[in-house]
Amino acid sequence: MNPSHAKLAEAFNADEKRTDWHDQTLWFVRQKRDKAAHVLPEWEKLRQWASDIKDHTLSNLDVYLAEFEQKATANGVQVHWALDAADHNAIIHKIIRDQGLTRIVKSKSMLTEECHLNDYLQQSGIEVIDTDLGERIVQFRKEPPSHIVLPAIHLKKQDVSETFQEHLGTEAGNYDPQYLTQAARIHLREKFIQSELAITGVNFAVAETGGFVVCTNEGNADMGVHSAKIHIGCMGIEKIIPKAEHLGVFTRLLARSATGQPITTYTSHFHRPRPGQEMHIVIVDNGRTRQLGREDFRNSLKCIRCAACFNTCPVYRRSGGHSYHTAVAGPIGSILNPNLDMKANADLPFASTLCGSCTNVCPVKINIHEQLWKWRQVIAEEGLVAPSKKYSMKMMAFVLARPSLYRIAGSAGRWVMRNLSFLVKVKSLNPWYKQREMPDAPKESFRDWYKKNKEV
Amino acid sequence: MTGREKILSDVVKNKPTAIPLPVLDFKSIDQPFDILETFTKYVQAVGGEVVHVAHEQALLQQVTNERSAGKYIINRVPAGGQVDDVPVDPAILESVYRAYIKGSFGVAENGAIWVMESAMGNRILPFICEQLVLVLHKTELVANMHEAYASIQIDKEGYGVFIAGPSKTADIEQSLVIGAHGPKALSVLIIM
Repeated sequence: MNPSHAKLAEAFNADEKRTDWHDQTLWFVRQKRDKAAHVLPEWEKLRQWASDIKDHTLSNLDVYLAEFEQKATANGVQVHWALDAADHNAIIHKIIRDQGLTRIVKSKSMLTEECHLNDYLQQSGIEVIDTDLGERIVQFRKEPPSHIVLPAIHLKKQDVSETFQEHLGTEAGNYDPQYLTQAARIHLREKFIQSELAITGVNFAVAETGGFVVCTNEGNADMGVHSAKIHIGCMGIEKIIPKAEHLGVFTRLLARSATGQPITTYTSHFHRPRPGQEMHIVIVDNGRTRQLGREDFRNSLKCIRCAACFNTCPVYRRSGGHSYHTAVAGPIGSILNPNLDMKANADLPFASTLCGSCTNVCPVKINIHEQLWKWRQVIAEEGLVAPSKKYSMKMMAFVLARPSLYRIAGSAGRWVMRNLSFLVKVKSLNPWYKQREMPDAPKESFRDWYKKNKEV
Repeated sequence: MTGREKILSDVVKNKPTAIPLPVLDFKSIDQPFDILETFTKYVQAVGGEVVHVAHEQALLQQVTNERSAGKYIINRVPAGGQVDDVPVDPAILESVYRAYIKGSFGVAENGAIWVMESAMGNRILPFICEQLVLVLHKTELVANMHEAYASIQIDKEGYGVFIAGPSKTADIEQSLVIGAHGPKALSVLIIM
C-alpha cells in the first residue's frame, strides 16, 4: 500500500522554504484566475451553463457516445472502446506494434497517466517521449506530474537546470528559464520531426460532429500530430459534449480557470485525418460508469481538468501533488480516486479542510467539498479509516454528546496548554504541532465569555 | 459482449433520469463597445502584436521585400502575391522564417484567430514556422467565442484551430517564455 497523504505531506513539508514557495506560486495562479474571471460579468452564468450542459450530457451519455462514434467513423476516424486501463494500453500497443514502431511522442493526457501507459509501453520496448515541457522535465527525472496543468510546479529552476544538464547537456549553473526552454525546444523539435505516431489527450469531444478539441499553450500536441502518420486521441467517456456551440461556453471557462489566460494559445479541432494519415480515438471507461452510478459522486464526471481546485486548495498548496500518490491529485482527484480504488485511496478525502474554496472556483460547479465529506462517510462505513482516526473520532463524538463533559475537557485542555505548554510541543504526543504553531490558550471558554457579556 | 456494448449498457444502467438540455441565450451577453480596440488589447495580452495597414498593397510589398532579402517565406494569402505550395516534409518546413496565413476572423474577448486547414496548405505550417503572420480584414472580427462558433462549421474541413499569440510556456517556475515549440512571434496584420 502507498504511504498515506499525511506521511508524504510530512516529507514535503520538511523543506519549509520550498513549501512556502510552492504555496505562494499556486496562490499567484489562483489570483490570475480571479482577475480573468472578474473581467466577465457573465462568469456565473457561464458556470451555470457549463454545469447544466454537463448534467444533461451525463443523463444522455449513451446516446451522445453512440452519436459521436457514428459521426467520427463517418469522418474516417477509427473508434476503439476500452473497458479499463489494461484495455486502453493494449489497444494502443497493438496500433504501435502493427506499424512496427519503437518510438512515439505524446502530448499531455491525464488519462494515459491514469492508465500508466508510459510504463506499460516502456516494458514492451517502446520509447515514449512526453512533449509538454513540464512533462518532459518530470519524465527525465522519472517522476510523475505533480499537477494536471503545471506538471513540474514542484520544481525550482535549479532542479530543471540540473536535469537538463544531465540529459540535454546544457551548461552547469545556467538557471535561465529562457535558455532552458530553448534547449528543450531544440531537443523536442528533433523528436517531432522523426515521430511517426503521436498520442494526444482530448479536452472536448463533440457528439454532433464526431470531432475533438485539444488545448495547449506550447503547440506540442499539434507539432506531434501533424508530423506523424498516425494520431491516437485518448478520451474518457465523460469528455463528450453535445454540440459545437457548447465549445463556446467551455473554451471561455477552461483557460481562465486554469491559468488566468483568456484562452489557450492553441485550441485545435480535429475531425478528419489529413491525406495519408490515420486517426484513432480510444474511448475509455475505467471506472467512470461506476462513478456515474454513485449518485453522490456522479457529478465529479463534469470535471474539465482545469485544476482551479488545486491552485486554491490550502492543503494541496502546502503538501504538493506527489503527496496524493495518484495521477490526478488535488481536491477533484480525492473524489475520483476512491472510485478507482477505495482502499488504496481511502486517505485522500481526508486531505482537505472542507473549506469549500474548491467548490467556489469550480467552473462546472462540482460540489467538491461536499463530496469529500460524503466519501469520508462511505470510507468509514467500509471500515477503511485508520484506527487512530476512528477511535479519536469516537471519543470526540462521546465528548461532544455530553455538554458537561465537554466543558470539563475544554477547561482541562486550556489549563494544560497554559501551564504545561512543553507537553503540547512534544510532537509524538501532539501530531497537530508537527507542521503548525499552537495558539495561546484563552483563560476562559467562549461559553463563559458569552455568559458574562450577553447583556451588554 | 464487446467493450463497446458493456460500456454503453453500464451507462444506461447507471445514468440519472433525463435532465433537459439548457437553453443558452447567447444574446444576453454584453459585447465590447469597440471590437477592434478590445481585440488589439487581447492580442497584445497573449503575446502577439497587431499591425494596421491601409490596404492590401502593403502586404504584397512586405512579402516581396522579405523574399528578395533571401528569407525563406511561405505566403498563403492571395493579397500577398504568389501563393506558395507548402512542402509536406516537416524537416524542410523547419527552416521557414515566416509564414503568412489568412485567418477567417478574430475574437475580441481573447485575441484568438480562427485558421482553417485550406488556408494553411499544410496543418503543421502555423506551428513549425519561426514567425507567424495572420492576416485579417478589419471587418473580420467577432465579439466572443459564442459568436465565433456561430460563425463557423467546425467540421467543414478536417482541421481548424484558434490561435491566440505565439507558442508559450511557463512550465519552469511559472516564468513566461515565448517560443516553446511553435512560433516565437505572432503578428496580426489587419487590413483597414
